[in-house]
Amino acid sequence: MTSINLAALQQEGYTEVATLPEVLADRPMHYCPGCHHGIAHRLVAEALEELGQVERTICVSSIGCSVFIYNYMHLDTVEAPHGRAAAVATGVKRARPDAFVFTYQGDGDLASIGLAESMHCANRGEKLSIVFINNTVYGMTGGQMAPTTLPGQKTTTSPGGRCASTEGLPLKMAEIMAGLGGVAYSARVATTSLKRIVEAKKAIKAAFQCQIDGRGFGFVELLSACPTNWRMTPLQANERVEKELIPYFPLGVFKDDANDPACSVSGGDS
Amino acid sequence: MHHVLINEERCKGCLLCTVACPKEVLEQSARFNQQGYKVVEVARQDDCTACAACARICPDFAIRVFRKKSAKPKGAKGEQA
Ligand SMILES: Cc1ncc(C[n+]2csc(CCOP(=O)(O)OP(=O)(O)O)c2C)c(N)n1
Ligand code: SF4
Ligand code: SF4
Ligand code: SF4
Ligand SMILES: [Mg+2]
Repeated sequence: MTSINLAALQQEGYTEVATLPEVLADRPMHYCPGCHHGIAHRLVAEALEELGQVERTICVSSIGCSVFIYNYMHLDTVEAPHGRAAAVATGVKRARPDAFVFTYQGDGDLASIGLAESMHCANRGEKLSIVFINNTVYGMTGGQMAPTTLPGQKTTTSPGGRCASTEGLPLKMAEIMAGLGGVAYSARVATTSLKRIVEAKKAIKAAFQCQIDGRGFGFVELLSACPTNWRMTPLQANERVEKELIPYFPLGVFKDDANDPACSVSGGDS
Repeated sequence: MHHVLINEERCKGCLLCTVACPKEVLEQSARFNQQGYKVVEVARQDDCTACAACARICPDFAIRVFRKKSAKPKGAKGEQA
């Protein structure tokens, strides 16, 4: 350990910067080294605290590596069956319109088995938020091909690399969501560097704000590394996000009704 | 001088903090923690600007950054976006 300890630092005229949100549990997480799920958890926690939503938040978790998110955030959480988080969240939000409701879903969960639930939820303009972790594979089950797997990417179910002519091209969920009427905000971000993390936080807060203002559905896609199933070191995986994912999945805001009154959805949050 | 604390038992040795740090303050150590991960250490504390890039990228929340109150931030500002 470092020679100076915490107690000494607190007495000797230091201020802690970027303190950890209190809503995050102080316990080790099961994620692999260099997995971006942890970075995303922190950003969600910071956004909830900064927007003052913690007390009224209900999290809807999904099936995937983030299945234990309820162990890592002190939030009331409903565990949805695989792919059904957006449908469960619809029920939660309609039953409890006073609550702040968000789902946290992987790409297998949201874009494969749960594509219908996710898109209809967005299209209905449910006043909830989705945090979408796109790591281009089914992480939890050992790295099978997802609808987001890049062309040529080798997975356990595409050992020769994903072939566009037989498996199609990867779904660009942030753009697809942006095309739906009920969507107030849709963006894609990454968490590979401080600069990207700052942008990612802004996007998460903007998506959450849509729900707080009752403007409609907010969606944020986070390009994330899965070093284990990419068979890479954490640093190689972090770099792969920059070099391979971002060129196919461009970062940016694809819809923001706060800047476009024409597409605003009427109706209050409660 | 600012201070960076590494919680070695939480560190998984991913090294994301070492590349996020603009000042190359952090390095892999020769030590393994009880989980068997080779942890990072603070190699050049003097160069630290307390920008907190390391803390914010650490997927396991193993880093805490303390800014010396009297010290002027040199270079990078504390990100509070
Ligand atoms: C109905 C059903 N079908 C299949 C599974 C197996 N399964 C568990 S997680 C998962 C995919 C997870 O991938 P993703 O959503 O991308 O999350 P990640 O682990 O990558 O974060 C699958 C297919 C299941 N649990 N339930
Ligand atoms: S398998 Fe991939 S997504 Fe799952 S915890 Fe490991 S690195 Fe993260
Ligand atoms: S980012 Fe965190 S877990 Fe990874 S090496 Fe640095 S301190 Fe350890
Ligand atoms: S606070 Fe900034 S300068 Fe200091 S070790 Fe962390 S990343 Fe490097
Ligand atoms: Mg996935």
